[in-house]
Amino acid sequence: MTPMLETQDVARHFDVSRPLIQRLLAREGRRTLRAVDGVSFAIPKGSTLSLVGESGCGKSTVARLVVGLYPPTRGRVLFDGQDLAAARADRRQRSRMQMIFQDPYASLNPRWRVADIIAEPIRAFGLIEGRAAQMERVGELLTQVGLSPLDGQKYPHEFSGGQRQRISIARALSSNPEFLVCDEPTSALDVSVQAQILNLMKELQARLGLTYLFISHNLAVVRQVSDRIGVMYLGRLVELAPAETLFTTPRHPYTRALMEAIPDLEMTGRARTPVGGEVPSPISPPSGCAFHPRCPLANARCKAEAPRMLPAGEAQVACHAVEEGRAAA
Amino acid sequence: MSLLEVKNLRVEFPTRRGTLVALDDVSFAIAPGEVLGVVGESGAGKSMTGAAIIGLLEPPGRIAGGQILLEGRRIDNLPYEQMRRIRGREIGAIFQDPLTTLNPLYTVGRQLVETMTTHLPIGPGEARERAIGWLEQVGIPAARERIDSYPHEFSGGMRQRVVIALALCAEPKLIVADEPTTALDVSIQAQVIALLKRLAREKGTAMMLVTHDMGVIAETADRVAVMYAGRIAEIGPVREVVKHANHPYSQGLMASIPPLDRRVERLQQIEGAMPRLSAIPKGCAYNPRCPHAFDRCQTERPDLMPAGRTEAACWLHAEGSAR
Repeated sequence: MTPMLETQDVARHFDVSRPLIQRLLAREGRRTLRAVDGVSFAIPKGSTLSLVGESGCGKSTVARLVVGLYPPTRGRVLFDGQDLAAARADRRQRSRMQMIFQDPYASLNPRWRVADIIAEPIRAFGLIEGRAAQMERVGELLTQVGLSPLDGQKYPHEFSGGQRQRISIARALSSNPEFLVCDEPTSALDVSVQAQILNLMKELQARLGLTYLFISHNLAVVRQVSDRIGVMYLGRLVELAPAETLFTTPRHPYTRALMEAIPDLEMTGRARTPVGGEVPSPISPPSGCAFHPRCPLANARCKAEAPRMLPAGEAQVACHAVEEGRAAA
Repeated sequence: MSLLEVKNLRVEFPTRRGTLVALDDVSFAIAPGEVLGVVGESGAGKSMTGAAIIGLLEPPGRIAGGQILLEGRRIDNLPYEQMRRIRGREIGAIFQDPLTTLNPLYTVGRQLVETMTTHLPIGPGEARERAIGWLEQVGIPAARERIDSYPHEFSGGMRQRVVIALALCAEPKLIVADEPTTALDVSIQAQVIALLKRLAREKGTAMMLVTHDMGVIAETADRVAVMYAGRIAEIGPVREVVKHANHPYSQGLMASIPPLDRRVERLQQIEGAMPRLSAIPKGCAYNPRCPHAFDRCQTERPDLMPAGRTEAACWLHAEGSAR
């Protein structure tokens, strides 16, 4: 079956050069930020792929690339087997994908009533004619996300963060999409509310057969929702594996370091070894494997040669140490 | 004796539509060298408690009742200038966002030196040497070269280290840390937590650690207070509260945390949302969401009472109550 979404070596570079005059005076060249630099994955229909990584790893840029908010600098994005640019030119195709953003305070227009916020995609895509029929659909959507149809008459400020995120989800669902890109949908919420939203998203997926691309920095959250997980570091995937495989046998040293670093409720009183150093700047990434300055297994080859994604068991890993068998399981 | 004692603290916000009670009857103590974690959802009053202790409540918020004692001396009613001396010298503060804590126009070194010469009986020369020492202690590489850098020249994790150095450099007895690691990535977060823990242990500094991240609390705190709607719902040793919570709200809160070590089909969730300050229910504030609520919960407000190995504000634990 054709995957819902596929990226083939997709990259997005940003020009972050200083203005021309300053460049000439300082005698420096153009500077390029490689936010995403060659990422390939596929999401089968009805499943969830999550991308995890620290800030600046490029996960949100990938989210924007796959819904077409940024055109790729290199590579291709295929939506249901069709090139994304072509798919986006067609309104019917475009209505099949929607996005949920991190900040439910910034993503809802404060001057609009909730019903109008939710009805906007319906109107924009011309899905339902007539205000009465539209409002009926809005009522259904509100019920579906656990709010009351009467809430449609209120304004966003009358709702808490969790309720606002429910409104964002209702809006995303209003065009009957098949594919949802969720960029940190619960990071701005309290844990008890986060549980409500994650449960809701799982229910909706089961009921409507949705496909999710889920972006998060929280590994525990990702474990609950994903079928497959991609770990990103400095614009590249370093490991891509079925969710349970990633947690039971993490292979890439960075994946292991990330898991080691998470403060866990089970660890009361236990000391642990934090990963040293910080994520380097994507403007001047380290040579070879970008993780080598922080990696306990790095050697001369890691400094010189960038590793490619190679199969390792059920996973794909970009690491010379894993390839050479230097990383003890 | 406790280093910090908060007794029946009440904070009010007068508004046009009446007075909102942001904190109500909050009492706890912190011993020297102890780390007290304060958790709860946004709006529960955890940051407000920290702000009241360091005397930085945002107007029109004001302390309307109760006492805050530092080493047995009241500090909640001190004039501004006197409180300013205590802040920095005796109580250090670490906030969530290191960019707003540091002055962008001064070098890191100047901010450290100024803090020390203000609060400690030392001259600028010695202060500078000590500043370098502090930067080394918080793990900033090449501290001697970097001391004259400006805050924007540091990365987020490094900046938060500078803030920690700044909070510690006058050697306060108490540190109030409000979400010190929330703005940081997990790998940096782990480094900063390890650092705070080590320094608290080595210097015997007491710490009030406000965060919504239970993982951070489990790793760092000795005791933990769970806040709900402006009151403490439960307080006790961290292991007990995390593993064997006695208040239904703490139980719900702990259960709703997604586990890292396994996948569950459905996360436990607490139905509903925390009430707004203007609409706190009568009786126990948690009763509309509580699966165990009974008549008494709807009429009478519970105070903290012994419950297992913790203290919980819950009628389920009252003497002779039907459980």
